[in-house]
Amino acid sequence: MTGPGRDRPLLEIRGLCVDYGQGPAAVHAVAGADLALHRGEVLGLAGESGSGKSTLAMAATRLLRPPGVITGGEVRLYPGDGTVVDLLEAGYPALRVLRWSEVSLVLQSAMNALNPVLTIRAQLGDALAAHLPRMSGRQRRARAAELLEMVGISGDRLASYPHELSGGMRQRVMIAMALALRPQVVIMDEPTTALDVVTQREILEELKDLRDRLGFSILFITHDLSLLIEIADSIAVMYAGRLVERAPAGALFRAPRHPYTLGLLSSFPPLHGPRVAMTGIPGSPPDLRALPGGCVFHPRCRFAVGRCAAQPPPLEAAGSGRLAACWRLHGDGTVPPELAAPEPAPAGPIDAGACHDHAGA
Amino acid sequence: MAVGVGSEPAAGGAPAPGGAPGRAAAGRAARWLRLPRSPKIAAGLALLAFFVLWSVIGPFVAPYGPSRVFQNSPVPLPPSGAHWLGTTNLQQDVFSQLLVGGGDMLLVSFLAGVIATVLSVVVGVTAGYRGGLADELLSMLANIFLVMPALPLLVILFGFLGKAGSNDLFLVGLIISVTGWAWGARVLRAQTLSMRNRDYIVSARVIGERPWRIIVAEILPNLTPIVASSFLFTVLYAVGTYTAMAFLGLVNPNWNWGGMLFYAQNANAELTGYWWWFIPPGLAVALLGTALVLLNFGIDEFINPRLRAAGLTRRPGRRGRARRAGRGQQFALTPVVRAAGRASPGSAPGAAASGREPVVLP
Amino acid sequence: MTMPVLDAPEQAPPLLEARGLTKHFAVRRAAAAGGRRLLRRAAGPRPVVHAVDGVSLRLAPARVTAVVGESGSGKSTLARLLAGLITPTAGTLLLGGQPVPAGQRRRAGYAETVQMVLQDPFASLNPVHDVYYHLSRPFTVHRLARPGADLDGKIAAVLERVALTPADAFWRKYPHELSGGQRQRVAIARALAVQPRILLADEPVSMLDVSIRLGVLNLLGDLRDREHLAILYITHDIASARYLADTIVVMYAGQAVESGPAVRITDSPAHPYTKLLLSAAPDPQRTAPAAVGGRGAPPSAVTPPSGCRFRTLCPHAMAVCAARVPPAFPAGAGHVSSCWLLDPGHGSPGPPGPQRAGPAADGDRPDPPYLGEENR
Repeated sequence: MTGPGRDRPLLEIRGLCVDYGQGPAAVHAVAGADLALHRGEVLGLAGESGSGKSTLAMAATRLLRPPGVITGGEVRLYPGDGTVVDLLEAGYPALRVLRWSEVSLVLQSAMNALNPVLTIRAQLGDALAAHLPRMSGRQRRARAAELLEMVGISGDRLASYPHELSGGMRQRVMIAMALALRPQVVIMDEPTTALDVVTQREILEELKDLRDRLGFSILFITHDLSLLIEIADSIAVMYAGRLVERAPAGALFRAPRHPYTLGLLSSFPPLHGPRVAMTGIPGSPPDLRALPGGCVFHPRCRFAVGRCAAQPPPLEAAGSGRLAACWRLHGDGTVPPELAAPEPAPAGPIDAGACHDHAGA
Repeated sequence: MAVGVGSEPAAGGAPAPGGAPGRAAAGRAARWLRLPRSPKIAAGLALLAFFVLWSVIGPFVAPYGPSRVFQNSPVPLPPSGAHWLGTTNLQQDVFSQLLVGGGDMLLVSFLAGVIATVLSVVVGVTAGYRGGLADELLSMLANIFLVMPALPLLVILFGFLGKAGSNDLFLVGLIISVTGWAWGARVLRAQTLSMRNRDYIVSARVIGERPWRIIVAEILPNLTPIVASSFLFTVLYAVGTYTAMAFLGLVNPNWNWGGMLFYAQNANAELTGYWWWFIPPGLAVALLGTALVLLNFGIDEFINPRLRAAGLTRRPGRRGRARRAGRGQQFALTPVVRAAGRASPGSAPGAAASGREPVVLP
Repeated sequence: MTMPVLDAPEQAPPLLEARGLTKHFAVRRAAAAGGRRLLRRAAGPRPVVHAVDGVSLRLAPARVTAVVGESGSGKSTLARLLAGLITPTAGTLLLGGQPVPAGQRRRAGYAETVQMVLQDPFASLNPVHDVYYHLSRPFTVHRLARPGADLDGKIAAVLERVALTPADAFWRKYPHELSGGQRQRVAIARALAVQPRILLADEPVSMLDVSIRLGVLNLLGDLRDREHLAILYITHDIASARYLADTIVVMYAGQAVESGPAVRITDSPAHPYTKLLLSAAPDPQRTAPAAVGGRGAPPSAVTPPSGCRFRTLCPHAMAVCAARVPPAFPAGAGHVSSCWLLDPGHGSPGPPGPQRAGPAADGDRPDPPYLGEENR
């Protein structure tokens, strides 16, 4: 089953606000984020440090550790049998049932999440036993072997200990564990960052393959926007705790609407073509304790106008199926030509000239 | 070109957390100012200050000399108007003895703490940084001292010293420190080993710093919380050991709390119920130990920022919600604390929600 | 075993030259300290980790040489060898043509010429000292400034070189009060304080946010152009190597497998491993899906494969690859590659050229502009 289902979202996050600490010294890590993950879709969540992307994912599953506190918004899961689960109101028993069977997680350096003194079989079996107590030991072993084969590891590695496997293989074991109960949503936070480029490529290919076969949705969180072009169907970009743009992947790369997205895309030196001087984005990501007023990006934005310093722009439609939060797009002034590239044809290949334009901009 | 951290003043209505412009300058000060706000450290400091005050002014405030004999009565007298804590069997004022007894105790304990800490730093950090043969030899030395039973060794050493030696507080402190340095050395060696390959140490070597300079200026400042904790722990150990030595009569019992216990024990005070003689000095030793332990707790939380951030050291918030969220937080269940009337900025109309009411699964 | 020099011939004489650098780390045995010698003799020769094997390199002024490789390729060990932090098991290091002496004296003189910037901006500055202290140490240790106004002035000057101005806004700050990019600039400033001729940068931007990487890379390029530093840029990201470097050296499993002008290596890679790296790197401009040839884990560093170490993953492996280590074959102007495929006797004759029509790219001529075609 390929392609996203557009009828109703599977996981809906609305206006989520997450703080670290309380009172006047609280740091607003996420300020009103809206996301919708559809069935079978790969949604990429891109942002740099301090953007709040990992906080968002952990808060949505109520796994955020102290001093994290959710201060507003809604997170709803629609498992598809007609029910709705409000994740923010659910109690611990309800969440425990949901976790791993409907929503599972693969974290950054998840390969270090394996217990070094237990075999792979024991750890996969634990996950199965916790949710399917009626499975017999033999069934669990068979299922564990099946899971390993699914991610491209031969079943005889079940008896190995984590230190006997390479980093890439351990990450694959974590992915297998995340898929053990056939969840509908898999949240992956930087799953390939700690791996070599070659292993990273292999794992991305396998993820796409698994998604096609099993039909789960992925929330893929990363700071590397260039990875998302390979795997994501749609992409949401976060900056300083806010969503600044959301668009289908091809449209985002070909025709970014937000200055931050434009800046990010022109921060990747190309592998081909003439070498031109590139500047990235001047300045650095802001300190969340002392955010600029108005649009949080305006001090680093070369298209900023007076209104940007005074009022934060709302996240509004910027084309069909796209959202962006920028006064230059919705406000009174003219839209800069760099932000007004024509939308690509819906199912066309990514044109090679796209990033070349951004590189020169 | 550089956009400084925290350099943008908040324009418009965005709430600015307090003290942002002065944050950089006050950063260092804040780190230290935060300490007394923890109730454990505050209590520990207060108790310790009390004892220090006690030791300093005790001899001047004592109503009578500790050795002064009052009347010829074989039986210790209970507390009365004249003698607040009664008398010993030699008719000496217990209260005066208690006041005078603090000085030696604190002096010896802190001396032993200082000597032992210096020894453990020198041995531990050198062994950890140098590695190789130096590490093997120094570790062997530390292990020998760790394994040796402390009490018999002390008994032998003090016996060897004799009466004259055991009057010398410096020597007493030195001997106690001999049995108390090895554990700290092991801890510091382990820490130094883990720090040795950190990038800033490697950078210091590339810059061309000499090894001794790296140990003193780069490694030691990072070990300060551990050294402080180790010091407090060693002082605590010395308090107990000194009291025990005096109690056993191995060091001069005049005048310290251990000595009072020594005399009380010799007169079988606990059997005959002369509680005013042995309970006050015992309590004093225990309270001094408690003060040190409380300080040590505080150092733990100072080292581990996560404990601090979880609100364990902070005073409970005025609002009940804040307190509930900080304490008693269930594992893997992020609390949801909705502030009333707070608008979520930038929230879009979004996709149409399903028409059903939210149903929470049991 | 010394490999022939794998590097482009430079116009200026090299400042720092490595010939056949080799570093083997002993693997620890779980034997009791007392009986170690006995057990060692009984168990045979000690296993070693072949971290770096026979790498030769030249760093010339006003040039950036990039070393590209994955984790385990030995590139960080190579940096530490060049910085003098560890002593090589074999091979020589020449500074300005003279062999580098061993011992403490070496450290002091060497530190004035060769400096290093490390990967982790959060760990390379001691958290207990402020920026002023960090920057004053190199001046003080090498007696380059008198304390007081002289030192202040020199520190302000070096902060300005890395674009951290105004200086007095920064020098009382502690590392945790700075952003990642600012910390890395302070680390670079510290390295520049002694006016080195050679700067070794071990993955300086890998841990920085994407939007500020280019700023730091441009700074390095600036240092090359304005101050004629010889810069070694170690990275796993071949795209940034292409952006910044003049020469790229590709390392695999402790050996240098290919080297040449940066653009040429990325446009016409000669070694199968380089081709694999290029196909695996994320490339938003790619039209066809990447063809990843060579799956599987890298070989063991303790018992590397005989002959060419890449042969276990290489789709073009031949019999000779297992028998003998391939020497460096020419693959174009200034471009060499250690692969039997380039040997006229064994593989396809002649060096590879770009696969589109047109004259073969020459190292001296500027590369033709990108024509919008895939190059693989």
